[in-house]
Amino acid sequence: MRATTLNVNGDDLDVAAPAHWTLLEVLRYRLGLTGSKQGCDKGDCGACTVLMDGKPVLACLVLAARAGGARIQTIEGLRPAHHAAGGNGADPVQDAFDRCGALQCGFCQPGMMLSARALLNDNPSAGLPEIQEALSGNLCRCTGYTQILQAVQTALAETTGGEAPVPCWANQKDDD
Amino acid sequence: MAARDLHGPEAPWGEDFEIIGKPRRKVDGLSKATGEAVYTDDIVLPGMLHAKTLRSPHAHANIRSIDTSKAEALPGVHAVITGKDLPIPYGVIPWTPDEHALALDKVRFIGDEVAAVAAIDEDTANAALDLIEVEYEVLHAFLDPREALERPAPQIHESQKENNVSKHVALEFGSVDAGFAEADLVLEGDFSFHGSTHGAIEPHCSVARYSADGLLTVWSSTQITHYVHRALSRVLELEPNHIRVVQPCLGGAFGGKSDPFSLEFCVAKLSMITGRPVKMLWTREEVFYAHRGRHPMQMTYRTGATKDGRITAVDAKILIDGGSYSSFGLVTTYYSGQLLTGPYDFPNYRFDSTRVFTNKPPCGPKRGHGSVQPRFAFEVQLDEVATQLGIDPIELRRKNFIQGGDETVNGQRITSYGFGECLEVVERASGWKERYGKLERGRGLGVAGSMYISGTNYPVYPNEMPQAGIQLKVDRSGLVLAFTGGNDIGQGSNSVVAYLVAEELGLTLDQVRVVAADTDLCPVDLGAYSSRVTFMVGNATIDACRKLRPLIVDAVASEWEIDPKRVRLIGGKVIDLEDPERVMESRDAFQLAEAKYDTLGSTGAYNTPTLGGDYRGGTIGASPAYSFTAHVVEAQVDEETGRISVPKVWCAHDCGRALNPTSVAGQIEGSCYMGIAEALMESHHVNRFGLHSGPSLLDYRMPTTLDTPDIEAYIVESIDPEGPYGAKEAGEGPLHSSIPALANAIYDAVGVRLHELPFTPAKVLAALREQRAEQAAAEERRQA
Repeated sequence: MRATTLNVNGDDLDVAAPAHWTLLEVLRYRLGLTGSKQGCDKGDCGACTVLMDGKPVLACLVLAARAGGARIQTIEGLRPAHHAAGGNGADPVQDAFDRCGALQCGFCQPGMMLSARALLNDNPSAGLPEIQEALSGNLCRCTGYTQILQAVQTALAETTGGEAPVPCWANQKDDD
Repeated sequence: MAARDLHGPEAPWGEDFEIIGKPRRKVDGLSKATGEAVYTDDIVLPGMLHAKTLRSPHAHANIRSIDTSKAEALPGVHAVITGKDLPIPYGVIPWTPDEHALALDKVRFIGDEVAAVAAIDEDTANAALDLIEVEYEVLHAFLDPREALERPAPQIHESQKENNVSKHVALEFGSVDAGFAEADLVLEGDFSFHGSTHGAIEPHCSVARYSADGLLTVWSSTQITHYVHRALSRVLELEPNHIRVVQPCLGGAFGGKSDPFSLEFCVAKLSMITGRPVKMLWTREEVFYAHRGRHPMQMTYRTGATKDGRITAVDAKILIDGGSYSSFGLVTTYYSGQLLTGPYDFPNYRFDSTRVFTNKPPCGPKRGHGSVQPRFAFEVQLDEVATQLGIDPIELRRKNFIQGGDETVNGQRITSYGFGECLEVVERASGWKERYGKLERGRGLGVAGSMYISGTNYPVYPNEMPQAGIQLKVDRSGLVLAFTGGNDIGQGSNSVVAYLVAEELGLTLDQVRVVAADTDLCPVDLGAYSSRVTFMVGNATIDACRKLRPLIVDAVASEWEIDPKRVRLIGGKVIDLEDPERVMESRDAFQLAEAKYDTLGSTGAYNTPTLGGDYRGGTIGASPAYSFTAHVVEAQVDEETGRISVPKVWCAHDCGRALNPTSVAGQIEGSCYMGIAEALMESHHVNRFGLHSGPSLLDYRMPTTLDTPDIEAYIVESIDPEGPYGAKEAGEGPLHSSIPALANAIYDAVGVRLHELPFTPAKVLAALREQRAEQAAAEERRQA
């Protein structure tokens, strides 16, 4: 057993866990923050992505004992952070994912949305290639990524005042 | 009987929809976006134990003995079970119960379950597995389906009559020989489809609690709660009314969570033994062993056509590699032939399909169950017919359309048919007329079409009860609760129920909540498979609403002393169509109705009409409605490396009516992605020892954002006369034609026909070498 103090979503939390436990295990099974998902447990799928000091990391590849001292943000922290910054409802990334249909089974999406959130923070003018690159560590099996990419483009457009993409099926009636 | 009532595609108030047909959020979207949604592994119960499974290291072996004493003695271990604790066999298809929760006397693939341990934590359970001593007698392992078919011993399942044959189906419709006799061209070719797996990002997980009062509750990542319920009752010998099965939020399935699985029985039994809740979460590696993925098929097709491009006959012979257990294999074997008879008119058709057991992870239903492989072979052969006859591949397909209101050669009823429009849409969107056959070498376009079922009238176990049932509770607070046994596996079926209830009862979406997939709370529904949910659960929902609606309308009409025809329920309000001043909140209308008719609620049900040809197996694949798809795929072939990339996919899908176009587009895009993925990158491969070649997502090569083509999804609405508001399926059909369209695009790009999936660089290079050799030989002949 090893005692660590983790800063998660703004709170300093003392946890005791086996020394070999990963950050993902501590988040899920000690702190009850089950929004971070385990899809492979070996760094392949990205479902466990969290932000450490603003950078996306795979929580299943970070030993919990090595995460002390870093600011960790999980999916559960996005909405409260948005509220603390004066916003309402969900974070714009969460809202865009919901609106654009990016959430089918939803299992990969907490990680996906945190990768997107990090991109939005770092590079609000990102184009499609940068978005694809930023999300390439997060596997999704439901969507074929199309609506995810549209959601991130939409969230970016809303942040910067640009134009959100219109999917081809939404234009279809006008074409005919 | 209400269950057989068909309500037609129109709303009682006409074509004017408030909710339906517009892009919508899903009812559970925000809970998934914020991490609030509870999936099975998110459940933690007080005192819960953790279980792990010991798996076979041999592909085929008899179990001589198992000694669990050392494992039981390990501190922290609470129970160890083996096959003798769960001796009753089961199988999702009642006629083929050939699985055991834990191997009884024999293991049949590397990864087959042998024993399970419940302990205070996973580490202790894993340590205990190492202490279980199993003595095996290793048997010859069958890894090649051809050998399994021909060599009689040692049989993988001793109960089988003929070698390792799992199922054989041979059917002929019309006269194939006569059809070939009238053909001007007959093509024959061999095709091979490899295995692929579902790869849902959530691994399988189950939690069980056996309470002191004898109630067993199992939370499980299943897409068919009802079949798990039945299987648990059988294997555990518990009354079904003492079992509750709940499907929490589900992290993807694609057919991979349709069977009852070992872990569901194990956690239940371990909880019964220990008196404590027990959880088992499979690792990703274990999910690969559990498999139930796409069957590898070796196919020989013959197609005959007249010189003006009419198909005269199709003849197929198919060898299906089933892996080690039956799973849905009986259905797979039928589907491999039965679902090919559209979207084209076959006057004569024959297929002969044999599924054999091999010592590999069991195959089962993956998105487009049993029909994706034949579709690949046939649509490529059809393209070859077009080439040989000098007819444009889209024109050739047009010449063979099923005429409206027709029945297919094998007796399938076509009620709505948007395939022509699908082809037109992709032809236009891809610039086919200007670009096909005219792009620079290395780049090409290919087309293909397909059809798929919207559920089937084969209810897995024979019974006369509804296939879909739903219950509504109308509350004086203004809330309607819908209880459905349907499984939302991410496709959005709970949202479909909510949209339909809101539309029918004139509510806003926040006035409807859906409770689903809990066998205690919800009426029986046969679950999420065969693309049945929108069609069947949707119809059951409308059925339930149509019983409530008149009560609410009537109560308001009485209150206002007007003709009920003037009362319209819409957008959370009730209005008088002739007096815009007169408006009431739905809540007040509910209260009037409750006062007049007592506590409000209703049930609704759906059963398919009598369908299918009058022959053995004629109901398997007989669907109340068929969806149609057309694809054009653009391929880029690098002739130096053999690498194929797909810059663009155009897909048009006839879903009857798009209840929520956002969700339909998502299903189309996800299907296209999955088809291209298995054609180019993925392979569920077992090596010569029977060991999976790479049971991880990285080795399996699941595509990322960087590997996935740009997909344009188009929606075609043929308004089916029997679908809910005209809707049909969208979740599986759009996968089928993506793969042959890609193969046909490769031909347009470089002039080689690839008959063997996946299209790896090595195969492309070999085909190009062969092409060069043939060209050189032809040149030599010409000069000679």
